[in-house]
Amino acid sequence: MKTADPALNTGKKATRARMGNRVKEGITGWTFVGIAALLIFIFFFYPMIQALILSFQTGTGMNLKFNGFDNYTRLFTDSMFLTAVKNTFIYLIFQVPLMVILALFISVLLNDKNLKFKGFFRTAIFLPCITSLVAYAVVFKYLFSSDGLVNAMLLNLHLTNTPIDWITDPFWAKVTIIIAITWRWTGYNMIFYLSGLQNIDSSIYEAARIDGASAIRQFFSITVPLLKPIILFTSITSTIGTLQLFDEVVNITKGGPGNATTSISQYIYNLSFKYSPDFGYAATVSYSIVIMIIILSFIQFKVAGERNG
Amino acid sequence: MAKTKLTFTYLFLIVAAFVSIFPFFWMIVSSTNLSVEVTGGKLLPGAHLIDNLHKLTESVDIWNAMWNSAKIAISTTILAMLIASLAGYGFEVYRSKAKDIVFNILLLSMMIPFAALMVPLYRMLGQVTNFIPFIGIDTPAAVVIPTMTTAFLIFFFRQSTKMFPRDLLEAGRMDGLSELGLFFRVYMPTMKTSYAAAAIITFMSSWNNYLWPLVILQTPENQTIPLLISNLGSSYSPDYGVIMIAIVISTLPTALVFFLMQKHFVAGMVGSVK
Repeated sequence: MKTADPALNTGKKATRARMGNRVKEGITGWTFVGIAALLIFIFFFYPMIQALILSFQTGTGMNLKFNGFDNYTRLFTDSMFLTAVKNTFIYLIFQVPLMVILALFISVLLNDKNLKFKGFFRTAIFLPCITSLVAYAVVFKYLFSSDGLVNAMLLNLHLTNTPIDWITDPFWAKVTIIIAITWRWTGYNMIFYLSGLQNIDSSIYEAARIDGASAIRQFFSITVPLLKPIILFTSITSTIGTLQLFDEVVNITKGGPGNATTSISQYIYNLSFKYSPDFGYAATVSYSIVIMIIILSFIQFKVAGERNG
Repeated sequence: MAKTKLTFTYLFLIVAAFVSIFPFFWMIVSSTNLSVEVTGGKLLPGAHLIDNLHKLTESVDIWNAMWNSAKIAISTTILAMLIASLAGYGFEVYRSKAKDIVFNILLLSMMIPFAALMVPLYRMLGQVTNFIPFIGIDTPAAVVIPTMTTAFLIFFFRQSTKMFPRDLLEAGRMDGLSELGLFFRVYMPTMKTSYAAAAIITFMSSWNNYLWPLVILQTPENQTIPLLISNLGSSYSPDYGVIMIAIVISTLPTALVFFLMQKHFVAGMVGSVK
């Protein structure tokens, strides 16, 4: 028994080798994913923990001390914060549905198989996506200034008798921001819908047509239900994007007139780097966006899920 | 009936295309005109392109800003590709339950708004400045490092890896390649189109990034192109022709990337949701 069966021995060796391989593969796999996971932890999750601690502190620079829930109760009496939230929600409620419907409509039109110059239309409508947010914001600021080209066109076409204060009137300034964002992102969303539409079998539409369903009926009974996952995806990304709105507001209206267009992100920036730095309260305000994103994404999921059932 | 529908389609799409293209047309035409002509509503190309360019380069160092942006965007893109593809490949090829949990946790980071990260990151880098000055506040590295890893890109590469033919890995193992060798010599060359798409998305978003450079870069020599455009745009007596030439120059690299690699561009965006 002392001399072990050679066959058994090699068997053991092979098992050990296989196990060794598996361990090695395990280590390799974890190293491959570990670098990215570590970086995400350092640059996303760790700062969020820091922000949570900060949100219970007050003071400037490095002289921070805890003040309990004071920052959180301050939110509800801070008229500047409430204005920023109101503005951001106005953008959200009007801009996101407007853009989603427009993008959906354009992609259905583009999906028509009798249509010519498809490539041209698609490229043209997608083109705004290549501009940086800052660059197009500056262009829009000048196009929409009171003596700008948009007013000149409207006056020439007799659509208005007096120039519209696109930038300096509280109402029109919000409209300008909404027009600008819609211009920049409609083509982006359209691309997602177009790819979704290509995956829908055209025989479904043919069958509907034989059954006498109108184009509008086909849109609501076939297109919308089948594209629902993509519509949900674009709605969530657009919502998150709008809640983070910064570049356009800063470069088109600077948040004005008064604070009529200030967004939440801009308010956080101002609290941290423009006014006398109040990192603690800025962190509290930023947590309010996190909570809004979680709640809104949850609602969108729920709404989509129920329609599904 | 079908004909009126088609006419309506053309009409609507022509209007949509016009609205989309017009601001580009206006900024290109305006860059060749004098400021007074721009405010006067001139919509024809003029002869002042070179004058405007001269005036621009005399007032600001736009080439330096372009160079800064290029440095940052290119290094972000290269690092992001490496880190994210390695992770996406790892999550899919060495799949395990524990890794799937980690993956889902990483995805949560997509919900975090950058505005919430900006203050803690600024403070973290402020502390780092004392020990490692070249990655501290007001350095190009400080722009790159926190933005080079995104869960979105890891997700993108994991999705793409699902299409990757696994037999190639077995064949590579037979040939005696190491696990890392398999990644570099088998996976990377096979996945060229995925890399192209991901590189375009990353380059564009880095080139156009505004908020984080605004926070972290302070001296004019380190300015990136969006910061320079924003400063030009907020001047009290703007010279429209000069600003428009700056905007045209700043848009050229992304426009070039888009027109040269349009196919990859669209494939990349769409591939990420499938």
